[in-house]
Amino acid sequence: MKQTCLEKKPLTEKIKLAETDDGAILFRVPFPKNLKDLHDMSPIIIKQPYHIDYIHSFGQDSPFFAGLANGKLLGTKCSKCGYTYGTPKGHCMNCGTRCNWIELPLTGRVHTFTVCQFGSEEFLKETPFVLALIEWDKVDTLFLTRLVGVDAANPSLDWVGMKVRAQFKRNAKFKPTDVYFVPEK
Amino acid sequence: MAKQKNGRRDVYFISGGISKFAKARPDVTFQPMVKEAYDYALKDIGLDNRQAREVFDGSVASYFSDHFQRQLMSGIMVQDYLGLCPLPGHRVEAGGATGGVCFQEAYKNIASGVMDTCVAYGFETMSHVNTWKGNEFIALASDVSFDYPVGGFYSGYYAMMVVRHMQEFGTTVEQLARVSVKNHINAFHNKYAQKRRKLTIADVRNSDMVAWPLTLLDICVMSDGAAACVLASEEGVERIRKATGKSPKLVKVTGVGRGTDAMRMADRPHADVILLPHEKKSDYKGLKYPGVHSFRAGRTASKLAYEHAGINNPIKDIDFVELHDAYTSSEIQTYEDMGLCKYGEGGAFVESGAPFMPNINYGLGKLPRQGEIPVNPSGGLIACGHPVGATGLMQAVFALWQLQGSIKKHLGDNTIQVKDAKRGAIHSHAGTGTYVTVSILEKN
Ligand SMILES: [Zn+2]
Repeated sequence: MKQTCLEKKPLTEKIKLAETDDGAILFRVPFPKNLKDLHDMSPIIIKQPYHIDYIHSFGQDSPFFAGLANGKLLGTKCSKCGYTYGTPKGHCMNCGTRCNWIELPLTGRVHTFTVCQFGSEEFLKETPFVLALIEWDKVDTLFLTRLVGVDAANPSLDWVGMKVRAQFKRNAKFKPTDVYFVPEK
Repeated sequence: MAKQKNGRRDVYFISGGISKFAKARPDVTFQPMVKEAYDYALKDIGLDNRQAREVFDGSVASYFSDHFQRQLMSGIMVQDYLGLCPLPGHRVEAGGATGGVCFQEAYKNIASGVMDTCVAYGFETMSHVNTWKGNEFIALASDVSFDYPVGGFYSGYYAMMVVRHMQEFGTTVEQLARVSVKNHINAFHNKYAQKRRKLTIADVRNSDMVAWPLTLLDICVMSDGAAACVLASEEGVERIRKATGKSPKLVKVTGVGRGTDAMRMADRPHADVILLPHEKKSDYKGLKYPGVHSFRAGRTASKLAYEHAGINNPIKDIDFVELHDAYTSSEIQTYEDMGLCKYGEGGAFVESGAPFMPNINYGLGKLPRQGEIPVNPSGGLIACGHPVGATGLMQAVFALWQLQGSIKKHLGDNTIQVKDAKRGAIHSHAGTGTYVTVSILEKN
């Protein structure tokens, strides 16, 4: 499997020099005398950069991020059927009613987890990192988060069910990673 | 005119083609790559390109991502390159299940009487960005407010699901590895596959850890590839027969089912199992369903397809399955969703040998139930590759060839031909189990 090396070692069993995305700028290419020979021409491959800034609104979910900035973990609860969301939903998936905001307990349990040794380009420099879904009693759905303070080199199924506590970043970035969980002492 | 229940017309699947899946196809843009698959499908029924435009009533195009190509409306660029303009057509998108949905949309065009002949074509070119940027694009198929920013990575999501499966049911990493061994060795006999390797359980476990407990060899790779399928009504088959003077080997589409689930895994319910006809409520005392260990969409799709096709016990009533094994773990989860075994028994099921080919030595010693219901005789996504928009159609083509008994003709190797295959199931799956399709195909 050929891989392009960014900041992470290549995923390969073979010893190879790292490949990078940069290359020469090409201004001219050879051209055959006979046009029939063009069927055998190698493809011309160029680099096309693509950078975008999106204007993303959290919309009805905005209070969740305001909560994180103020040290509160918010979920929602259906005002009609009582279904409780560990990750906020504006309207109830059960009965369609508008949900109200509630404060979730700061301690929960690990429902499941993984240690990512590789990742998407944006997160590659943060590997290895631990993803976990958090569960609470009397809360019907889960919450995806980073789990820190565990030994990422030695993951174990025993981590499922571990009691964990929410901690908040001091300088909010208005991302779901403004909260993360650590093992409860 | 033949009518099935619900007023649907009979739908026949008569031909298919696949491009050789590869890590990268810089020699062509996507349009000629689709043409390779399309021309193969035409040639197989003796149609030339000019005839095709007169014989076909329209098309459905399948590709997942606009990001991978940085090209919007790629579908119409294929339609024009294939010479199918000005016939009706549209593009479908349903993540990893795009190909499966495309096949079913072509089915619907025929079953509804809107068309008598329809081409379903699909492709993906994933080589235009590096693997880690590609993983980023794919991870955008998770909630960008709550999921992606935490560390968006599909292998991580599937790893969390299988950790829960291991916790809940005692599934082991060696059982996962068996799926990889099976599919890579099956693909050894499939010239279309991207990875044809004779592996051992130790090879799988010793390869790079990607997201614990999934290793590099538990996970499918990104590909460039295309596939095409031709579907027709009775009238459409007759029209093709007149144009070519030849009678295509017919396979009938006898069941279609589709299901969905919440985008965020965190939002999935923890309630009661949706039962198949051969299961009882008492089979699942205390199991919270689907949680993140099972796919409610896959179970719903199976249930609907089985009801449509009149299947009561899938392991008895189906001869082989091509299913969406983006991960070894999701193959095991899908055995259960499709009712090949009960929930929780997927690990034991693969260990028993039931989903292996009966005639291949996998180097795993005696497998007591070897060959009972071959799953992914083609090698699946893990070994064939996963050019998303082509994948579901590729599965359909392999299933067609199985039921036509034409594997040797198309692959030049008879090893993965399922003997006397009369009924097969194809399963296409998106996201973390968000859209799933199941279609049932039968030898006519
Ligand atoms: Zn409600």
